[in-house]
Amino acid sequence: MANIVIDRIRKSFGAFEALKEVSLTIHDGEFVSLLGPSGCGKTTLLRIIAGLETATSGDVRIGDNSIIGLLTKDRGLAMVFQNYAVFPHMTVYENVAFGLRMQKADDLRVKAQVEKAAGLLHIEPYLDRYPNKLSGGQRQRVAVARALAVEPRVLLMDEPLSNLDALLRLEMRTELKTVLQAAGTTTVYVTHDQTEAMGLSDRIAVMHGGVVEQIGSPVEIYNRPATRFVGGFIGNPPMNFIKVAVSNGQVAAGGEQISAPKDAGYEVILGMRGEAVELAPLSTGLEMKVRVAEPMGSHLLLTGSIHDQPVRVVLPASETVKSGDTIGLKLDRNRITWLSPESGKAYPALTA
Amino acid sequence: MTNDRRWIPYLLILPSVAFLALLFIVPLVQTIWLAVSDNGALSLANADRMVNDINFTRSLRNTFLLTLMVVPVQIAIALVMGSMVAKVGRGRETILWIWTIPLGISDLAAGLVWLSILQNTGYLNSVLFGFGIIERQTGWLSYQTPVALFFAIAVAEIWRGTAIVMVIIVAGLNQVPKEFREAAEIFGAGPWTRFWRITLPLIRPALQSALILRTVLAFEVFAVVYALGGRNFPVLVGEAYNWQNQNQNYSVAAAYAVLIMVISLAATLVYLKAIKVDPERLP
Ligand SMILES: Nc1ncnc2c1ncn2[C@@H]1O[C@H](COP(=O)(O)OP(=O)(O)O)[C@@H](O)[C@H]1O
Ligand SMILES: [Mg+2]
Repeated sequence: MANIVIDRIRKSFGAFEALKEVSLTIHDGEFVSLLGPSGCGKTTLLRIIAGLETATSGDVRIGDNSIIGLLTKDRGLAMVFQNYAVFPHMTVYENVAFGLRMQKADDLRVKAQVEKAAGLLHIEPYLDRYPNKLSGGQRQRVAVARALAVEPRVLLMDEPLSNLDALLRLEMRTELKTVLQAAGTTTVYVTHDQTEAMGLSDRIAVMHGGVVEQIGSPVEIYNRPATRFVGGFIGNPPMNFIKVAVSNGQVAAGGEQISAPKDAGYEVILGMRGEAVELAPLSTGLEMKVRVAEPMGSHLLLTGSIHDQPVRVVLPASETVKSGDTIGLKLDRNRITWLSPESGKAYPALTA
Repeated sequence: MTNDRRWIPYLLILPSVAFLALLFIVPLVQTIWLAVSDNGALSLANADRMVNDINFTRSLRNTFLLTLMVVPVQIAIALVMGSMVAKVGRGRETILWIWTIPLGISDLAAGLVWLSILQNTGYLNSVLFGFGIIERQTGWLSYQTPVALFFAIAVAEIWRGTAIVMVIIVAGLNQVPKEFREAAEIFGAGPWTRFWRITLPLIRPALQSALILRTVLAFEVFAVVYALGGRNFPVLVGEAYNWQNQNQNYSVAAAYAVLIMVISLAATLVYLKAIKVDPERLP
């Protein structure tokens, strides 16, 4: 069993608090992403799990045992670094074999494991070469193979795809998913790229300013963001936030009345995904002024405003809306997220 | 017309080449000629005279012993210092600054510093006497105490010449991203393994430069030896100096100079071969 429990971890660099009480459980065999903008503490948290950084307070357990007092080398983890850190003075073979050599594995086992990992990542043709002769993508594969060769109980990855070009990143992402699913390794994956996190993860921990704002499956996080930050960070276009007035517990959306959350005050923020709408007659729909209409082929992207607040809306490609039009929208009321204007936190979902 | 610009780099380099040719290559050729000629004809008379001098074997042996002693110790100390300072966050610059102070002291001055410590009326004797370890002033630097003299010179040389090795090593260590060591640690390597299997191979170029520089300088050792031991501890450059100034025999002095150069070149070649630097295997 390799459940990882991160228990109230704090980390300060001098007066600066990089992590403010982060708690998180990662289940055996699960793929969890730490997602957030640059500087939110993802790398710091990963390095604390690895033992490369010392937490100011808090505990990290694997299974039932605290590992916070263990040296990095005794934690039984593997890690893929952002800049790969593939050893330039060793052949690809020796790089992949490194962890096994450190475990004093016999040559037969080393050979078997290296070949297995190299096969998974398609690097057999380069085993005799030195890393400097390889492309970024190939070095990336070597780094992952080196990590998988030791069959670690936990695999840590810090933005492993961020140094690749866009096309290669997409290809490696798919491949990584295949390889890791097959290996079934518990994985903690750091990224600032939400599509990467959405595509790869069983669950995502969205981080912001040293705290975890929400933990959940990609679909949960997308549809039910816990905070305004999460809604704005996830999805392309991001979630729309429109401040609306509440009267008698109701919010008027064009001709329609929608129930607001019980605890809402005079105003509430209506969070709405760009695609959770459909075109409606102006008479009954919520009015949107379209500033720019961009036909994207697969869909139609509209940028404009509702109640003078900026929004982006996605309609089927077949609709014929032009820049400058005023249109009516009908909201999918099951997909509305209500948020408090004061705290930016979501109200519990209404069960209508 | 862009073709004309090809000459610009050569034009810019020309003064330095001319300067070196004038002040280095010409004297070099002259010295070599002086060493291998007698009355304008090619001859081994000078070499013969050098080799058969009573101080020749001693000075050759002393110089080699000193080099063999000093260089490895300096490299080792510099590696330790470099690794230690790499772990320091604040104050790193200050520490490096203090460590490099000996760099700013001329070798003769360094010799005199150690003379004031080690001579009969020096600080070492005062301290030892103060603690009652010795009963009267002891000579450390005389011809009667060759071992003590050797170590005294070695210590002074190590003190004086380690800083430059450390500067080169620290520069080399700075070139190695910390992720390499961290990756090794993640995969189970302890501090020793990390040092031998990761750090050391990755600083090969710096190590090579430091070894070549330090060894060549060690074969040229003179002022420190002269200050501490005078003629009690003959070394090659010292002999060249004596033949030139005391004996007024420029030819034998030139023979010594050429010998030192040949030894230095040989050592350099050995290092270049032994510590191969393959750019393909560097970060
Ligand atoms: N060694 C350090 N010393 C001081 N501040 C640091 C150090 N490492 C990280 N930080 C700070 O902690 C914050 C979080 O850093 P990091 O975990 O690297 O962010 P992320 O990986 O999410 O981009 C940043 O503001 C960064 O400047
Ligand atoms: Mg980071």
